[in-house]
Amino acid sequence: MTPDSIDATQEMLQGQDYICGRALATVVFLSLRLGRPLFLEGEAGVGKTEIAKALASALGRRLIRLQCYEGLDASSAVYEWNFAEQMIAIRAAEASGGVDRESLKDELFTEEYLIERPLLQAMRPQPGGAPVLLIDELDRTDEPFEAFLLEALSDFQVTIPELGTIKAPEPPIVILTSNRTREVHDALKRRCLYHWVDYPGFEREIEILQARAPEAAESLSREVVAFVQALRTEDLFKKPGVAETIDWAKCLLALDVISLSPEVIADTLGAILKYQDDIQKLQGSEAKRILDEAKASLEPA
Amino acid sequence: MPEYAPLDLPEHPKLTHNITHFARALRKAGLPVGPGRVVDAIRAVEAAGFTSQRDFFYTLRACFVNRPEHRAVFAQIFRLYWRDPRYMEHMMAMMLPAIRGVQEERAAQAGEKRAAEALLDGQQPDLPEADTQGTDEETVIEVDASLTISTEERLRTLDFEQMSVAEIAEAKRMLAKLTLPVQPLPSRRGQPSHTGHRIDARKTLRAAMRRGGEMRRIHLTKPRPRWPNLVVLCDISGSMSQYSRMVLHFLHAVANEKGAGWAKVHAFTFGTRLTNITRHLATRDVDAALAAAGQEAQDWEGGTRIGACLHAFNRDWSRRVMGQGAVVLLITDGLDRDDPGALSHEMQRLHLSARRLIWLNPLLRWEGFAPKATGIRAMLPHVDTFRAGHSIATLEALAEALSRPDDAGEKARLMAQL
Repeated sequence: MTPDSIDATQEMLQGQDYICGRALATVVFLSLRLGRPLFLEGEAGVGKTEIAKALASALGRRLIRLQCYEGLDASSAVYEWNFAEQMIAIRAAEASGGVDRESLKDELFTEEYLIERPLLQAMRPQPGGAPVLLIDELDRTDEPFEAFLLEALSDFQVTIPELGTIKAPEPPIVILTSNRTREVHDALKRRCLYHWVDYPGFEREIEILQARAPEAAESLSREVVAFVQALRTEDLFKKPGVAETIDWAKCLLALDVISLSPEVIADTLGAILKYQDDIQKLQGSEAKRILDEAKASLEPA
Repeated sequence: MPEYAPLDLPEHPKLTHNITHFARALRKAGLPVGPGRVVDAIRAVEAAGFTSQRDFFYTLRACFVNRPEHRAVFAQIFRLYWRDPRYMEHMMAMMLPAIRGVQEERAAQAGEKRAAEALLDGQQPDLPEADTQGTDEETVIEVDASLTISTEERLRTLDFEQMSVAEIAEAKRMLAKLTLPVQPLPSRRGQPSHTGHRIDARKTLRAAMRRGGEMRRIHLTKPRPRWPNLVVLCDISGSMSQYSRMVLHFLHAVANEKGAGWAKVHAFTFGTRLTNITRHLATRDVDAALAAAGQEAQDWEGGTRIGACLHAFNRDWSRRVMGQGAVVLLITDGLDRDDPGALSHEMQRLHLSARRLIWLNPLLRWEGFAPKATGIRAMLPHVDTFRAGHSIATLEALAEALSRPDDAGEKARLMAQL
């Protein structure tokens, strides 16, 4: 049962430990209501992929994920024939003698030998209703695939020469994500509802951290979030995302840290910063300065 | 106001004459109008009749314009030719950008200048010529104030001078040269080939099915080539102003050249700040594109902060436009007053994320150019190719350089002087 209001959407996601702002909830609600694909763009680690997972489990639908990469083509995205099995079947037919050429074709190109890839799976009826189709990191594919996808997303049907056309009984809930390593074509964006997923504010990030790493003490969570928030205002090549915040908090828990200190930060910096240039920037007194700023911002005014 | 000879346009001739003259004007302004079109237009006007000027306009436009970017020029020429005699005076005044004594009631619109030139051919005051000074032998002693970096930053919007007919001709010439053999990259997609290394199982089996399960041969694939993207970073600060305008025309041509071997062309201008002008370079009248880019780029002819702008590019754009292995064209004189350490660092990052980094520097046109400025010394080690680029000839040489993967231009010679 899809939610019937923005508030209901927000609550539904919150039930899955996905804390989102009103803007994102609105877009999700609209996408469910209008049956339009949802195009989420944003920096890495801000929770774009997570929302698909949260939606699928909240709605009790199956999550089908298509991870994109350069050179992705129809045979790995839609369907493939099981050639090894087909070859064996041909050999078996020859061995038993009397290959009937006409019927062989009908026997070999049947559902039995079909390997379904994510896009085709998403067009099959699923228990619990239309699945959630997550097309992850679309920017990593190339333009020919994008053009193909445009067609697939507009009518949700696939034609297999030997089997005919397979059409989705009801269109899947489609979520596309992109990290902007390439600008996705306007034509595709036009078909979708677009949302730029931004870093959360201080309060929301605390909520997220408490939902995702509930065992962290509140004082530590506040320090971690304040530090990461301060870090995002610095001029870094790759700012830490929410995923990094959660990771880092878990690292600190594993090390039994109760409060941040420059030494602890220096030891665990690899959990939040993934570029050597950025790590170097925080060597020495810089980390301490940001930490002091972060702690100062936590003082009750 | 200088005196102009009256235009040699027929006063009350037959319509046929008029349309023929009109077509000539269009042709001069760069629209591809052949005699066949003129005949069509005359027939069309006869068929459509003379009910209103608007219909007449649309009838002619239907015959003469077949590309959206030509519409602006057509409209201007039409207005000039068929309508308003006073408009002529306005156009005359427009042709005098240098000695503009006439108070303009409005700024020039896109396409106007080209329309005016096409119609006022031969009676125009001196127009600024495109810089066509080639790499000829005579050394000119130039005392060029553009070699001094402006110390104070002047942020202002400047209307690019509109492109003249001569410049368009040049740009087109460059364009013809620019169908260059870029080195294609192997992609992960396959194409059928007898000499490939990957088996196309689907095809093999389908072929076998046609023979009742008998395999005649294995179908193979090899990687299909794809074209790299081009990313252009163009300096538009004061010391580069004469030159960057020309380069932008050139870019416009490159960006709109279909099948020139570039998958995509991204263009950025920088001076005191970085501006993405990619969209302005797409499918538009040249004038309109440059005017829009001029509005975007607020720092035309201000100072230069190469390091800061490269930093902005690396931070905000490099992952977005270089993800697919792009060739980078950096167009700047390298005169930068910021910290050379930071500049060197940013150049290194740019170099690491580019498939190939080509630096075009107009200062190379001076004999005995030596890498003395700190900015140049900081940047030089991090480029793959270092070339001059101050004239059509050198840009043509660039096209040639792009097709040679190991071309380093003048880099080795100058590295020796560091």
